[in-house]
Amino acid sequence: MSKKEWPLWEIFIRGQHGLNHRHVGSLHAPDAEMALRNARDVYTRRKEGVSIWVVESRQITASSPSEKGPMFDPAESKVYRHPTFFDIPDEVGHM
Amino acid sequence: MYAQMVKSQGMKSLEEMSPEERAFQERVDAGEKIEPKEWMPEGYRKTLIRQIGQHAHSEIVGQLPEGNWITRAPTLERKAILLAKVQDEAGHGLYLYSAAETLGISRDELTEKLLSGEMKYSSIFNYPTLTWADMGAVGWLVDGAAIMNQVPLQRTSYGPYSRAMIRICKEESFHQRQGYAIMMKMANGTPEQKDMAQDALNRFWFPALMMFGPSDKDSVHSAQSMAWKIKMNTNDELRQKFVDETVPQAEYLGLTVPDETLAWNAEKGGYDFAEPDWSEFFEVIKGNGPCNEERLGARQKAWDEGAWFRDGLTAYAEKAEARRANATLAAE
Repeated sequence: MSKKEWPLWEIFIRGQHGLNHRHVGSLHAPDAEMALRNARDVYTRRKEGVSIWVVESRQITASSPSEKGPMFDPAESKVYRHPTFFDIPDEVGHM
Repeated sequence: MYAQMVKSQGMKSLEEMSPEERAFQERVDAGEKIEPKEWMPEGYRKTLIRQIGQHAHSEIVGQLPEGNWITRAPTLERKAILLAKVQDEAGHGLYLYSAAETLGISRDELTEKLLSGEMKYSSIFNYPTLTWADMGAVGWLVDGAAIMNQVPLQRTSYGPYSRAMIRICKEESFHQRQGYAIMMKMANGTPEQKDMAQDALNRFWFPALMMFGPSDKDSVHSAQSMAWKIKMNTNDELRQKFVDETVPQAEYLGLTVPDETLAWNAEKGGYDFAEPDWSEFFEVIKGNGPCNEERLGARQKAWDEGAWFRDGLTAYAEKAEARRANATLAAE
């Protein structure tokens, strides 16, 4: 009996022209070419896409949930990065 | 449901919980989604593996009763539709296996647990599909019951499971409607066809009610699962909802629900109905249903006889990879 499992691939699909590819899920396949073919059958049976990317899951480096604070909290205090931080008088018009 | 009788441990009060467990429960209570690499209680992880795994197995084994009729569909159009439906079930199985895999178990391990009998699939798929009308009854009743359970599960606390459910629910209503369309055609056909439709309803009614699992009074482990939001409604709530929605649909078809005690109860705003035979349910779960052996046999055969194919594609991928590596070396 086969003991070697096919690797896992992450699937990204561009839903329409002009949009980003978006992660939709994962699947197993022996190689990239088969991953593309399987992704077509598993994730685009109802014309959900115009383009597919496949990436082997182990190639993805992910941030760790425990680092969420140090990673993302510093942005919280930098409200001046948003345009609404600045009051512009109405007389100036649209800006 | 597609996951019946999934047992989880007893429940702890907030005071008994460790700080980690309490923080986790508070996130769940606040409606936050839990993602794969985040801390979770071991019981949550294990219960989810059993539940999602059983759900995935049900989708895969669930292809068999309908696959039985693909080559015998009455028209080419019906055949194409049934084929598309069965293909969806394969897809649903794959989404769910992927979700289970994020909890630290591989798909092959899950398959082996199914084949060894350690993991179960829904009792409903151990009943035979004897006539074309059964394709109608399965879509209408079995997929209808599945939707009843899956719609609330879209809000489950575990992110990958929730996302799989959302994707599945989008596709599932096609399944129920194609089943009902078959029933409409049969119920409005010749007297023989109408009899077949009635016969299919007679055989699938109680097995469909069993899909929701034992009555709440006998379902001891659901409190913890509900606190964790991996079970959203009790078995009896969903069963009542299913009966209330399905009875008028049967009336529209001019068919009779095979339950003499069925009666509208104005006070509770729902139907009173007979419970299924729970001893039959437990027998089927134990492996003694009409088709248990046939279903598992078919999965075992596919697994064994597909081994050379899985190995062949792996060997090809490894060879191609080695060739690419050599070509790169030669070019340097």
